[in-house]
Amino acid sequence: MTDIPAKASVASASNGSVLLTLMKARTFIALIAVLIFFSIAAPNFLSAANLILMSKHVALNAFLAMGMTFVIITGGIDLSVGSIVGLCGMVAGYLVLNGIDLQVGYTIYFNVFEIALITLAVGILIGAVNGLLITRLNVAPFIATLGVLYVARGLALLSSDGRTFPNLVGKPDLGTTGFSFLGAGRLLGLPVSIWILVVVAVGAAYLAKYTPLGRHIFAVGGNERAARISGVRVNMVKMFVYMFSGFCAAVVGLIISSELMASHPATGESFELNAIAAAVLGGTSMSGGRGTIGGTIVGAFVIGILSDGLVMMGVSSFWQMVIKGLVIIVAVVVDQAQRRLQSRVTLMQMAKAG
Amino acid sequence: MTAAGDQDVILKLEDVSKVYSGTVAVKRANFEVRKGAVNVLVGENGAGKSTLMKIIAGVEQPTLGRILLEGEEVSFSSSGDAVNRGIGMVFQELNLFGNLTVAENIFATREITNRFRKIDSREQERRAAEFLERLQAGIRPDMLVEDLRIGQQQLVEIAKAVSLDARILIMDEPTSALSAAEVEILFKVIADLKARGVAIVYISHRLEELIRIGDTITVLRDGRITGQEKMKNVDTQWIVRQMIGSDAKDFAKADGHVPGEEIFRAEDICLPRVTGGLAVDHVSLSLRAGEILGIYGLMGAGRSELFDCIMGRHGHATGAIFIAGKKVRERDTTRRIRRGLALIPEDRQREGLVSILSVASNLTLASLSRFVRLFHISSAKENQAVTQMVRELAIKVADPAQEVSSLSGGNQQKVVIGKALLTGPKVLLMDEPSRGIDVGAKADVFRTMRKLSRDGLGILFATSDLDEVMALSDRIAVMSNGKLTGLFDRAEATEAALVAASALGHGPVPHTESHAHD
Repeated sequence: MTDIPAKASVASASNGSVLLTLMKARTFIALIAVLIFFSIAAPNFLSAANLILMSKHVALNAFLAMGMTFVIITGGIDLSVGSIVGLCGMVAGYLVLNGIDLQVGYTIYFNVFEIALITLAVGILIGAVNGLLITRLNVAPFIATLGVLYVARGLALLSSDGRTFPNLVGKPDLGTTGFSFLGAGRLLGLPVSIWILVVVAVGAAYLAKYTPLGRHIFAVGGNERAARISGVRVNMVKMFVYMFSGFCAAVVGLIISSELMASHPATGESFELNAIAAAVLGGTSMSGGRGTIGGTIVGAFVIGILSDGLVMMGVSSFWQMVIKGLVIIVAVVVDQAQRRLQSRVTLMQMAKAG
Repeated sequence: MTAAGDQDVILKLEDVSKVYSGTVAVKRANFEVRKGAVNVLVGENGAGKSTLMKIIAGVEQPTLGRILLEGEEVSFSSSGDAVNRGIGMVFQELNLFGNLTVAENIFATREITNRFRKIDSREQERRAAEFLERLQAGIRPDMLVEDLRIGQQQLVEIAKAVSLDARILIMDEPTSALSAAEVEILFKVIADLKARGVAIVYISHRLEELIRIGDTITVLRDGRITGQEKMKNVDTQWIVRQMIGSDAKDFAKADGHVPGEEIFRAEDICLPRVTGGLAVDHVSLSLRAGEILGIYGLMGAGRSELFDCIMGRHGHATGAIFIAGKKVRERDTTRRIRRGLALIPEDRQREGLVSILSVASNLTLASLSRFVRLFHISSAKENQAVTQMVRELAIKVADPAQEVSSLSGGNQQKVVIGKALLTGPKVLLMDEPSRGIDVGAKADVFRTMRKLSRDGLGILFATSDLDEVMALSDRIAVMSNGKLTGLFDRAEATEAALVAASALGHGPVPHTESHAHD
């Protein structure tokens, strides 16, 4: 997944320097560095059980970060994902416990598969609201998604009066059992959530590289005016990225509720910040037009491994925050330095050649 | 370069080069500016004049070389730096704040304040009025800039530069939107400044103008300085020779094919301006297959706006367009492209290219659906189309996967053209297709236009270059102030007639009626 930036650097290595190549592969290098560091510093770090556990943690952030990557590539931002996680968890929990009361003496209970679909639809719908605010009503993405952040969180709290939906085991006679599969189930020895991550990630990477929609996402972020004149349906592209981001958030909401077998309305607070951090660490440019799914996933792993590893080493959570913040800042500083160095190298060459 | 006494030289550029990503704009230029004289700088579009001036004015920093101000090496990190050292500039593209008043614009960044740091608007307006008085433009200092005509805005820009009390004043095409009467006033102001010892650097395309007011002349071609002389020693022929060099403009001869049926017609296109009035004023025209219709006009005449209307970029535009006799009901750009319209926009960087994507991605951006099976882009088909376009348009690129911003201006323009052609258009709208590209690329672009018209495309192309419009068009339409003010067959068109039509509605004399034909 990371060989995309690495390959690009080989192509220009002839006119750049070794330094430039190293800077381009920085996320991957950072990943290897944290892996090596913790395998030495933290006992049991490399055990299979621990690696799987960490992957499950990372997967949650990676989902959100993928949705965020597309949004950021179009030049936007989605602050509402954390709240969508919370709200979707509540939707799933409510449906498992209460079903939908039709007010005529009947209550419909859905099976787990249907509940998952409804929850995903809710996530996509909230994404669509973001998209409509941004494309039709011209609200700045930051503000639109900030508003939705509050609304969705408020709705999540209202759905249970702030209480947790506990014990989502379901009742066999209503057909609502089996909700734990997403969070605790395993296929071929790996947790289900990892498999879902693999499927969604491959799909997203394919979309970015081989479909017109993917190409259009980059074009919109690179130059919206030019994209519009070239006939790209800019509004549709933006609708898609926010809906996809909502979808990713709904998946996370489902997985978390399933893992805990409970839905808590405050779930997902500040998740959006972790997702942005992973995307940026993976080389996504906040000004739009640049980014890869592969890079983002490596970024999510760097952040996830860093925090889990520090926990294993017994570093205080306060220090963890400081370290995480520094890593993000360094990543972006290196990113900027690389761009400057690269453009200076090419410009100087052209000046001498011309 | 002549030994006219070095004490007159106030500013000197030594071996200055400026490179943008993709283009070498200025190559090892040596340039001297003299006090109390009008230093004329001339060259074709894209020769590097504006870049050279931006370097002097501190807007751009040279990639290589040094700047000497009164013998002392300086480097300006911003235009503020240059202003502090007494260098002012009238920019070609207007650098005004439309939402502020004339007085506020003139004193922007050096506001006159009272003791409590509050802006003294009354004093600003009084002083602004003095400068405006000298330009006799009938502009009040409390008017909003966005409410002014484009020519008046240019005068405000000039007043702003004059108010700096600069020792060196750079004017980049200050007359491009001025009427003849306004030009006369400007020349008086320049004579006045010259008498006070100000060094003036004057850039223009209008040779008669240069010969009239210039003292020394410097000619730029393709970023290099090709001649530097005293104005009294030179004539128009000399200037043209230095500008064009041995390789005279290659316009690609007409091949004498006869245009076919009408392929495109626009009826009564109107576009309201935000500030009131019409940017495009009841324009109707028709185009035949295989015909090149040139649209000539000055800056702000409404040519680009007309193209925008045709492409469906303005929802509030009115009027109707027809392709091959059928009315186009689609109102959005995407579907109009599918109906066979394609635009090559004037501003390559802002509207033509996605600069961080590759050459290949840019080429196929507008036509991706051609290479898609179900939802998968077939790389083979896409690459084939890219290779074919690169070859047909002679785009100089080592690898189409390169970022498009690494190409030279001319090759970037070819990419924009290639992108439009890949959509399989019936009608091609080209807005200033030769702007900012080198001589060789221009010839290629013109040759391509000829070839496309032979293949039966209808081409509408907008330009402010008289030679170009005369040499390439089968018919010539002239626009002024949003109106179509003239329509000529090539045989009957003369430069004088075109210029006269392009000035209608601009001069101090209120125009009586528009001369729009059919």
